[in-house]
Amino acid sequence: MLDLTPKKITSRKGLRINPAKTCQPIGAMYAALGIYKCLPHSHGSQGCCSYHRMQLTRHFKDPVMASTSSFTEGASVFGGGANLKTAIKNVFTIYNPDIMAVHTTCLSETIGDDLGTIIAQADVPEGKRVIHASTPSYVGSHITGFSNMVKGMVQYLAENSGLANGKINVIPGFVSPAEMREIKRILTLMGIEYIMFPDTSGVVDAPMTGEHDMYPEGGTRVEDIIDTGNSDLTVALGSFASEDGAVELEKKCKVPFKTLEIPIGIEATDRLISALAKAVHREVPGVLEEERGQLVDIMLDSHSYFYGKKVAISGDPDMVTGLTEFVMSLGMIPQYVLTGTPGKAFEKRINRMLEGAGMEGCVVKSSGDLFELHQWIKNEPVDLLLGNSHAKYIARAEDIPLVRVGFPILDRYVHHYLPTAGYRGAMRLIEMMTNALLERQDRDCADEDLELVM
Amino acid sequence: MADLNAADIIQEREEFICVNAKDKDESLKCDKDSIAGTVSQRACVYCGARVVLNPVTDAFHIVHGPIGCASYTWDIRGSLSSGPEIYRNSFSTDIREHEVIFGGEKKLSAAIDEIVRQYSANPPKVIFVYATCIIGVIGDDIDAVCKAAERQYDIRVIPVKSPGFAGNKSVGYKAACHALLRLMGENKRGKKIRGINFLGDFNLAGEMWILTDYLRQIGVNVVSKFTGDARCEELMQAPQATLNIVQCAGSMTYLAKQMEQKYGIPYIKISFFGMEDIKLSLKRIAEAMGDQSVMEKAEQLTVEREKEVGPQLAYYRERLRGKKVAIYVGGGFKAISLIKQFNDLGMKTVMVGTQTGKAEDYEIIRSISDEGTVILDDSNPYELEKFMLEKGADILVGGVKERPLAYKLGIAFCDHNHERKHPLAGFEGAVHFAQEIHLTVNSPVWKFVRGEGAG
Repeated sequence: MLDLTPKKITSRKGLRINPAKTCQPIGAMYAALGIYKCLPHSHGSQGCCSYHRMQLTRHFKDPVMASTSSFTEGASVFGGGANLKTAIKNVFTIYNPDIMAVHTTCLSETIGDDLGTIIAQADVPEGKRVIHASTPSYVGSHITGFSNMVKGMVQYLAENSGLANGKINVIPGFVSPAEMREIKRILTLMGIEYIMFPDTSGVVDAPMTGEHDMYPEGGTRVEDIIDTGNSDLTVALGSFASEDGAVELEKKCKVPFKTLEIPIGIEATDRLISALAKAVHREVPGVLEEERGQLVDIMLDSHSYFYGKKVAISGDPDMVTGLTEFVMSLGMIPQYVLTGTPGKAFEKRINRMLEGAGMEGCVVKSSGDLFELHQWIKNEPVDLLLGNSHAKYIARAEDIPLVRVGFPILDRYVHHYLPTAGYRGAMRLIEMMTNALLERQDRDCADEDLELVM
Repeated sequence: MADLNAADIIQEREEFICVNAKDKDESLKCDKDSIAGTVSQRACVYCGARVVLNPVTDAFHIVHGPIGCASYTWDIRGSLSSGPEIYRNSFSTDIREHEVIFGGEKKLSAAIDEIVRQYSANPPKVIFVYATCIIGVIGDDIDAVCKAAERQYDIRVIPVKSPGFAGNKSVGYKAACHALLRLMGENKRGKKIRGINFLGDFNLAGEMWILTDYLRQIGVNVVSKFTGDARCEELMQAPQATLNIVQCAGSMTYLAKQMEQKYGIPYIKISFFGMEDIKLSLKRIAEAMGDQSVMEKAEQLTVEREKEVGPQLAYYRERLRGKKVAIYVGGGFKAISLIKQFNDLGMKTVMVGTQTGKAEDYEIIRSISDEGTVILDDSNPYELEKFMLEKGADILVGGVKERPLAYKLGIAFCDHNHERKHPLAGFEGAVHFAQEIHLTVNSPVWKFVRGEGAG
């Protein structure tokens, strides 16, 4: 069907075809789900809230709760202040969260609602909190929205009480609970006391208990977010999704920060672990050294299948950065590297990595779309695709194996329970990629070439 | 609101919920804006317009607005095509801050130009331009942009006025109907074609194909399909048909009424969900065509197919009898068909709700459901959970957002929305439906959920 995509590339100024991003509010909603007993609230038309809940539900296969200001014609003319005040009252009366995290939409931003003032004037019950983030859908992408909500958490909640807690803050970025769990496992193995925020593990991967809990057990406790102001260091994983929150925390509470990549692949995981070891003056525990050794062993076992293979990688910038570095560690060529999120910093970072590895002729683009990626592939094909479910159209049209990573994954199960981060995540990535390549080889080869041992 | 534990229902919501009691004349409040601060399951005007028009397979659908509205609706409808696949791509203007400040008209014209240029090998005939929330607010005159493009390229470029805030999904259905009327235009000159327009089937899992096949078998000519597997050209021919049949009443009754006025085409309401409605619908269509041979063939088809699926349905009936059902769907017509279908399977409907049902739908729901059935309009997860548990539902029928909620409560689920994987309409659809209900209600996984699998 996507053979409709013409091979000839013409420049486009007005038209976006088959996007590789979505809008800010869903990122803000996802971040807010990572606070314990928090109800995300969408300040806009009810469709926004419905779409975001639907998309997150399709990805995580779990209920996603969020309320909406249900804008009407009147609200869009006279402002949504009254709607938000009513919403705050109703949310605490009926759903009784500890905290409500409001994000804006293109509509409420365009009509100019001043959320800070509206919230300050609203009737918030004793002991309850309302925070907000400005997330205009026409700026950045869902990753920007995630980042803005994390920043909002810091602005509203973090406090420096003067009593150091000896902890390290970790902002994990727009990743699935599997990544968050894996990073926490590494921190625990290293004996580090930490505050991870936001933390959607236990929220969107909650176990089946036979009951529906509107607020599952997971999520960062509000007290802990307040306490982030007393930590020794903030580790921001991913410059796009996490750095702004860390900067804000330094500004507000004087907590120094270090920006690292999401630990995808061996090198990024090495950097995280050595940075952590250095920060707490501790040796890397034997368990992690063993895992790393196993990973290297696996990389050696399988390297001949990777060397020289061309890969197209699309997705969110922080995730794609890690994946690009990792495929190069395996000897593959990241022929096309694309994110839908705008930001020249992405192109700079990837190009620097490519230069460092002596790669030539690779195409890197921020603010791109999957239509263009498809056109590139039509002009010069690749051996493997790494991307979200939307890449399956290209995979089918061009008959290229696809390994699903990132967001959204709408057509597969279990992905958000098993990590792609850390050494173990790298092992899983190798398993997925070799499976994809070898199954393809099995499918395509002649009878006489079918190999039992690969 | 009668006999409900009202303590934890939000006060403003009380009038939207009732317990069916035949002796009382209690009317349900519906068709109103959602209350701010609820976890509404409803969508917006844009969503309504998009779901109705999206199945038009060879149209280019440009979403004029920020990227989200395009991203979330990219190929999620589940409507199948027998040919063109243009509609499965996502086209948008991806409005940025610059356009919010300086206006988005230029970007929209550029987008239209680029479609015409990019697809010169496969030139567009019709482009739908959806105006989302902020387009009116920033003052774009999309009518003017569309008109200019029509003149320049000699194609149809049709604006769809669908700002999300202007109401709920049913307002969006109307916006889509307006766009379709505009597409059909003043087509009065064409000679009448003896045959029908099929309104309100979106060819989910190929349902339109099953139903048009029945019509072909009984000798009824289908002039056009709104909008499952539709092509622009056939839609433009629709004014020449002699009868409209309307299935999804919520989205298409308005169009049928307009077409009656404008083109003099009478319409009848039908539904191909569940044996009772299928039989009745075939009969009504045949009668409306006023042709003896059609009536005979319809009768014959019904008898044959009923005989064929009878034993299959009996198999499932045996396994489903007495199970309790909760229904929460988009429109009234579907809820009504479902209640009948469950009755036929020997199941008991204990809760029924819709997002956009009308007063007359709720009247019918009251008349065909049992006493004690909870009926609700524009519900939220909190209420759904409360009533499903109170009433001891074994299965929920709903859409994507309801599925995990049901599972968490240990309740089986059937998607009767965009994510249905098998056709649920027609005779074979009735069997698929029973099979889907069976495979979720009677799956062995529940014994692990309920702790019976331990040890």
